[in-house]
Amino acid sequence: MEDLQARNQQEQDEFEQNQVIMTPGQLVMKRFFRNKLACVGIGIIVFMVLFCAIGPFFSPYGEYEIFYINNETKEEVRMQQADVGASYMGVNVKAPISSKHWLGTDADGRDVFTRLMYGGRISLTVGFVVVIIELLVGITLGGIAGYYGGIVDMIIMRLVEIFYCIPFIPLMLITSAIMFGYGISPKYKIYFIMVVMGVLYWAGVARIVRGQILSLREMEYMQAAEATGIRTSRKIFKHLVPNVMPMIILIATMDIGSVILTESVLSFLGVGIAWPYASWGNMVDAVNKSVIMKNYLNIWMPPGICILLTVLAFNFIGDGLRDAFDPRMKR
Amino acid sequence: MKQYILKRIGISVLVLLGVSMLLYGICRMVPGDYVANMTAGNQNITPEMEQRMREVYGLDKGVVEGYVSWLKDALRGDFGTSFIYQESVVSVIAKYIGPTVSLAGISMLLEILLAIPLGIIAARKQYSRTDYTIVAIAIIGISLPSFFFAAVLKRVFAIGLGVLPVSGMVTARADYVGFAHFLDLGKHFVLPIIVFVVTGVGGLLRYVRTNMLEVLSADYVRTARAKGLPERKVIGKHAFRNTLIPVVTMVGGMIPNLFSGAVITEGLFGLEGLGNVALQAVYQGDIPYLMGFNMFIALMTLVGTLVSDILYAVVDPRVRYN
Repeated sequence: MEDLQARNQQEQDEFEQNQVIMTPGQLVMKRFFRNKLACVGIGIIVFMVLFCAIGPFFSPYGEYEIFYINNETKEEVRMQQADVGASYMGVNVKAPISSKHWLGTDADGRDVFTRLMYGGRISLTVGFVVVIIELLVGITLGGIAGYYGGIVDMIIMRLVEIFYCIPFIPLMLITSAIMFGYGISPKYKIYFIMVVMGVLYWAGVARIVRGQILSLREMEYMQAAEATGIRTSRKIFKHLVPNVMPMIILIATMDIGSVILTESVLSFLGVGIAWPYASWGNMVDAVNKSVIMKNYLNIWMPPGICILLTVLAFNFIGDGLRDAFDPRMKR
Repeated sequence: MKQYILKRIGISVLVLLGVSMLLYGICRMVPGDYVANMTAGNQNITPEMEQRMREVYGLDKGVVEGYVSWLKDALRGDFGTSFIYQESVVSVIAKYIGPTVSLAGISMLLEILLAIPLGIIAARKQYSRTDYTIVAIAIIGISLPSFFFAAVLKRVFAIGLGVLPVSGMVTARADYVGFAHFLDLGKHFVLPIIVFVVTGVGGLLRYVRTNMLEVLSADYVRTARAKGLPERKVIGKHAFRNTLIPVVTMVGGMIPNLFSGAVITEGLFGLEGLGNVALQAVYQGDIPYLMGFNMFIALMTLVGTLVSDILYAVVDPRVRYN
């Protein structure tokens, strides 16, 4: 009898020791990495970030370096050494793919592959910065609206509706016209564009955060928090915000993708990042010349594919996160 | 219900006022006297017109007074004169709205016709190969930059195969009449519509799928199955109708997006619609038209949300507004 009890006890102990205890975060991670598309997405993003952040250090050429060609000897000359004035010198435009220029040169004689890296830097930076701005504004205002309710909520939500009604692309077009009017140099234009986009994008975040906080506020644990008499700021940041976090991470991931897409559209239309700086959007712009569209796929295809892959990756990750965060999606 | 609608309309008017203030403020941010700025180098502008524009935009007054006078004119339907077309903004919009509405309308119809069945199929076979394929294609569509996709389509179908026109609305130097003209017009719309549908269908499709999944796990669907209804009836009668409610709301919200999306697509394919005019307006500094166009879209957005909210109440008897 005692023997049996001891055995039972031992079995119980072993069972408890072998039990793997996972935190909710670990469970989410596990569910996330089971999603193959999401893993592919992570892979693409890591590759793109490395390619754009570190790549330029390994490239022998500069972002707006122009290559010349000696028309007599057919020898390529770099911008610094070129005897530009000489009659036998020409710009090495639309060079084919070669070991020197992996993707050839564009219509101005610049290395496409190198510009792809610099362009990616801009596109990714814009994506991250705009999302950070929209999250800061959106979470603060959405949180305030959801927590306090009443007249504050009313005012903030009307503001959200106003921003919702403004058509984004046409407004960016006007903004660009204004920036042109002020004569802002291309170098600083990018910062203005990031701020304007962030300010225009916050409404969606605010709406979602408010909705979440509104329902979380009625939860029993919030009553308990209320009963302990802690400060309001602590209630918000310790008890409410962490519970909205999954939603925020999700919005952030999806929005980085859509911001990159929007920025590329603006650059393509010629109202975003301007010459001589590269961005994936304004590199595809070369396609407007029908000769390039027809014969020089190496100039406009790679940047377009880069945009597609990056946005696709963020969307895959977002989709995977959505499934991973949602406990109902268990298989 | 009536009270709710009235309240919503009241709020909408308020929001529209806010939008106009914001837009007016942005337009006033243009440095210096922007009428002089914008008209410089444009021979079509007479001094009288310049004066008239200053009055319309209240540039002879302060920002607040200027806004009030702009608002008064706008309420009477006077949004000023477009610089490019030398016509009132309202008549320019009326003139170019045709292609935009047909492009957006046809695309939206196709999107709905594609998204609903595919979304339902994906939801019914969740985690199957079909589901993965449909969702992956939807996400690829969302991620496609429209200008790049348009370029690829043009390269393949217009330049490579030569079966469809590159851009424009009608074939130049070919004066088709009657049915031939219509056919020619249709040919020019094929690629824009493909771009619109492929880049736009994903959002709706995923929305339908998510809602269908939710409905399929509801108790009443289990009940319907338990009492032995054929699967076709369970899906068609019990599940689908309940998915339709949020989908209706989503579709209402899509309409204004179609109009602002038209800016890019029309620009890419050289269709003479509102969006393309807006794009030209930016390059040539036609601020009056841009203001009018933006207000038009804002109005559409508000009407769209309002209609879909009211429809929501009509379709779903559980919704009660107080």
